[in-house]
Amino acid sequence: MKKKLVSILISVAMTATILAGCGSSAATSDAGAASADSGETADAGDDAAADAGDDAAAEDAGDEAADEVEAVTDTTGPDDGTPLELWTFVELHGTFYRDMCDKWNEENPDKQIKLTTVTYPYGDMHQKMIMSLQTGTGAPDICDVEVGQFPNVVAFLTDGLVPLNDYIKPYEATMVKSRLDTYAGEDGNYYGAPFHVGATLMYYNLAAMEEAGLSQADIDAVETWDQWVALGEKYLDGIGRPDGKYWTSVDTGGTDWMWLAMAEYGEDWTGGFEGPANVQLDSVKKMLTMQQDWLSSGLAEVSPDGHIDLEAGFQNILDHNIVSFPKAAWYMSRFLNYMPEEEGNWYLAPCPVFESGQGHSVGIGGTGTVVSQQSANGDLAAEFICWAKMGEEGEKYIWENLGFDVCNTAYWTDDAFAHDDSNQYNKFFRNYPYDVLNDVKDGIGKISVVAISPTINEYFCTTTANEVLEDGMDVDEALQEFQEAVDLEQ
Amino acid sequence: MEKKKQGNAFTRFIYSQKTAPYVFVLPFILSFCIFWIYPMLSTITMSFQNIKPAGAEWVGLSNYAKLLKDGVFHQAVRNSVMYMVLTLILLLPFPMLWAVLIDSNLVKAKGVWKAVLYVPALTSVVISGTLFRLMFSEYKTGFMNQVLAFFGQPAVKWLKMYPTSYFALLLLCCWRWTGVNMLYFLSGLKNIDAALYESADIDGATAWQKFRYVTVPLLKPTIIYVLTISIYAGLAMFLESFMLWAGNSSPNNIGLTIVGYLYKRGIEKNQMGYASAVGLVLLVVALIINMAQLIATGTFKKEER
Repeated sequence: MKKKLVSILISVAMTATILAGCGSSAATSDAGAASADSGETADAGDDAAADAGDDAAAEDAGDEAADEVEAVTDTTGPDDGTPLELWTFVELHGTFYRDMCDKWNEENPDKQIKLTTVTYPYGDMHQKMIMSLQTGTGAPDICDVEVGQFPNVVAFLTDGLVPLNDYIKPYEATMVKSRLDTYAGEDGNYYGAPFHVGATLMYYNLAAMEEAGLSQADIDAVETWDQWVALGEKYLDGIGRPDGKYWTSVDTGGTDWMWLAMAEYGEDWTGGFEGPANVQLDSVKKMLTMQQDWLSSGLAEVSPDGHIDLEAGFQNILDHNIVSFPKAAWYMSRFLNYMPEEEGNWYLAPCPVFESGQGHSVGIGGTGTVVSQQSANGDLAAEFICWAKMGEEGEKYIWENLGFDVCNTAYWTDDAFAHDDSNQYNKFFRNYPYDVLNDVKDGIGKISVVAISPTINEYFCTTTANEVLEDGMDVDEALQEFQEAVDLEQ
Repeated sequence: MEKKKQGNAFTRFIYSQKTAPYVFVLPFILSFCIFWIYPMLSTITMSFQNIKPAGAEWVGLSNYAKLLKDGVFHQAVRNSVMYMVLTLILLLPFPMLWAVLIDSNLVKAKGVWKAVLYVPALTSVVISGTLFRLMFSEYKTGFMNQVLAFFGQPAVKWLKMYPTSYFALLLLCCWRWTGVNMLYFLSGLKNIDAALYESADIDGATAWQKFRYVTVPLLKPTIIYVLTISIYAGLAMFLESFMLWAGNSSPNNIGLTIVGYLYKRGIEKNQMGYASAVGLVLLVVALIINMAQLIATGTFKKEER
């Protein structure tokens, strides 16, 4: 009897360990996917922030896709249409492409497409794509590539991907150029069709500022960081400087502030394709020095848990502990999904600059869609994808359903598009997001994402930012150390 | 006729005392070779290469030379070893103690205890890691900071300092694995003949003496097994830290483990060759420690059987 019990126990234990084993391996792939939608946004800041950046709905879909682990396949279009296969890592993107395919088939009876979308978890999809480009077989016609993974795919450009230049032409004049450049190869050709700009904007909690006796006009008057700091001091004076209340929070786990600073000065710490990477830039120095000053004067705190795109950050915003911060336009969806109580409180404005005349924004995050040379119908695939992601129908769909700031500026000034009062984002914020985007339109900078990028982001987030902002280390010294670490890798 | 002959041949083959054992172990041998031996051999080759999109390039020992100079890697090794040692200190004695307690007559509702202690092992690390991250948030609404606030203490930046971070990691680890290790010990205890305890009682042994001279020696095979898997599990820890810091980057790399570093190099930076070298170092370190431990405990000596 006892023996039986023992054997049952052992078998239970064994089954459990086996199951636990399965669980953890599945979890690993989940983790990869998680990094796609929220994890890495955080840590590596920007390279993967992209799709993390993506709207929350997409994020949820991403989670689901990740949980299932197995690929989700859906097909639309007539059987006699040209078959195209598309891989993505966000379920919602797949829905977008299929809906666009139906519209395409209505408009182009002579060029029918039968589109099959396959949703894989984030890590799996990129791995499979790189592998099939490497081996020259098995790649889909079309594939979503997250911007952080782009350098890995870029390596195959010359013979692996179809240049989209000709297909972008019809839209090129009104596209945000820095965004197209983000997905350009070493040869200068465009290889990826963008979803969104991810333009960085300044978010202000106007409701809290009004309680401190400030108004929208005060925000509109801000142009430089100095003026922004002065406004912050006024705000803190207005509320009597209670403990735990700050004007903003600075990140030890993200690079957004640095990207913004570099874009304003037109610098780039990666050095682009030619390299070499140089992190000892004036813009970075100035931004870090400024942030150190804010911390010591009580204007800013260090973002709890490293950056504001995490639960503690949302809570900090909900508690009105910080009332002003720069973040990409896709952060709007975080408000809708995690901070719905804040409706009607927030006002959007261009980011402050160091010297007037500088650009006010930088594009952060994103997903570029590529067409493989292995495709038998590469021309049609490229034409379709550019139409879907840059044409009118597509841009409307992207703004309404995915909540991204679309790349085709032709619609930014279109009243029906930009000032639609039934749109959830237009309703949520005090002003129309596209009005602010129009203001910064000509100054949206770009920081390259190249092979050295992960090294830079990682070292900054693990070491440099912590040394400077948490431990108060001298900025020059910290950047010297940063540069030495980066030099080891290039 | 033909069929019958074939059937006979097949039956003879299956029933043959010589071949049958091989047939039965074949599935294991195959999966062992395909999923273990082959990847290991290709890891060894890759560790001497620089893997590029277009193919591999032989670079000799340069990956290993780089490892020797790589401070971050050294930190990852230190972190992993420290974590492993600490988990051994916590995950051997305590589960053994719980197992002895549950096995004794002191504890009521044993099934409930076993279940309660075991359930955490069934949860996904992704979920429990995320929950622990929220609990140990440095923000004042984090659970641990609320506990501190209740006692009038200021909030702590839990995941930015070594002692508090390892407290969180070890708590997560103990919460998950105590029940599992306890079950191992419990099954080991069930195999000890009750007569031994009876005769110890007759000899007038105290509870401690019974534990020291009967339970522990007879539990030795279980202890060695748990020790072996714990050493490897400790060195190979990755997901816990990945989830606790919401990614592979922790402040000043305090949460970076060997496998985390492997992931960073292989997946995040696409340097498969270098990552293979890192992986092999992990394998060698785990093998050395475990071999030393197994030899020291006399597992390889035949007469012990």
